[in-house]
Amino acid sequence: MSDIAERVKKIVVEHLGVEAEKVTENASFIDDLGADSLDTVELVMAFEEEFGIEIPDDAAETIQTFGDAVSFISKAA
Amino acid sequence: MFDLTGKCALVTGASGGIGAEIARALHGAGATVGLSGTRVEPLEALAAELGGRAHVLACNLSAPDEVEALVKRAAEAMGAVDVLVNNAGITRDGLAMRMSDDDWQAVIDVNLTAAFRLCRAAIRGMMKARWGRIVNISSVVGQTGNAGQVNYAASKAGLVGLSKSLAAEVASRGITVNCVAPGFIETAMTDKLNETQRAGILGAVPAGRMGTPAEIAAAVLYLASAEAGYVTGATLHVNGGMAMV
Repeated sequence: MSDIAERVKKIVVEHLGVEAEKVTENASFIDDLGADSLDTVELVMAFEEEFGIEIPDDAAETIQTFGDAVSFISKAA
Repeated sequence: MFDLTGKCALVTGASGGIGAEIARALHGAGATVGLSGTRVEPLEALAAELGGRAHVLACNLSAPDEVEALVKRAAEAMGAVDVLVNNAGITRDGLAMRMSDDDWQAVIDVNLTAAFRLCRAAIRGMMKARWGRIVNISSVVGQTGNAGQVNYAASKAGLVGLSKSLAAEVASRGITVNCVAPGFIETAMTDKLNETQRAGILGAVPAGRMGTPAEIAAAVLYLASAEAGYVTGATLHVNGGMAMV
């Protein structure tokens, strides 16, 4: 797993309080990992901080799964 | 009861009569306070009076850049912003038919838009901390209306709607958002009234007197406390019975 994926996973695990093995490529933050809409905003803010990037709102809406987050950040960072 | 030891509170409009008293009350309960306002001199004087745990943070709330930066500056100075009190407000009174767009916009910008920007900036840290208190100072006229104050009344009613909506968004994170709505309070503003005006106002107040800044500050202190954790989206009216809502 790439360094970016590891860092994203750490944020997701810490923030949502889920087990690391549940955070798979296709795991949806809301449907599989129990996030509410506020959690997704907080996750995006945490990603922005961790990677020093800006994630615009329309892009944030496309980040539904762990895999989405990793691929978006890999391109942006 | 109402111990704010270890909490950091940012108070806007702390150079004014009510704002200064709010800062004193929060400070008296143990909080570190960030004193914001446009006039530095009274802020410095208040900080000197309070002694430790007081930081002067001058800010012009009409300037969007300064507003955006204020919460960050406050967090850097104090370590966090656990409590935000949006108290700053201006008036540009006039009958609606004669009110300029500038007078309308200036009041909305400072009283409502700046408060929104400060809320938006402050909840970031509060969400992480899973604790926060926002108290917006509304006004009785936001509820009752007042001839000559369409802009001011709209801004103060706007704060109530803002507070309820934000309260719903962040309640699950231990953050409460409430309003205090003062009636007529003894301040430099009301000192200017003549006897006839005073008598007219007091005739509408069942308590038969104006309120004191300390009575507003006590309401803010309650809403900022841990004890008020289950109160959110509420407006606490402090008006001597002038409007029972």
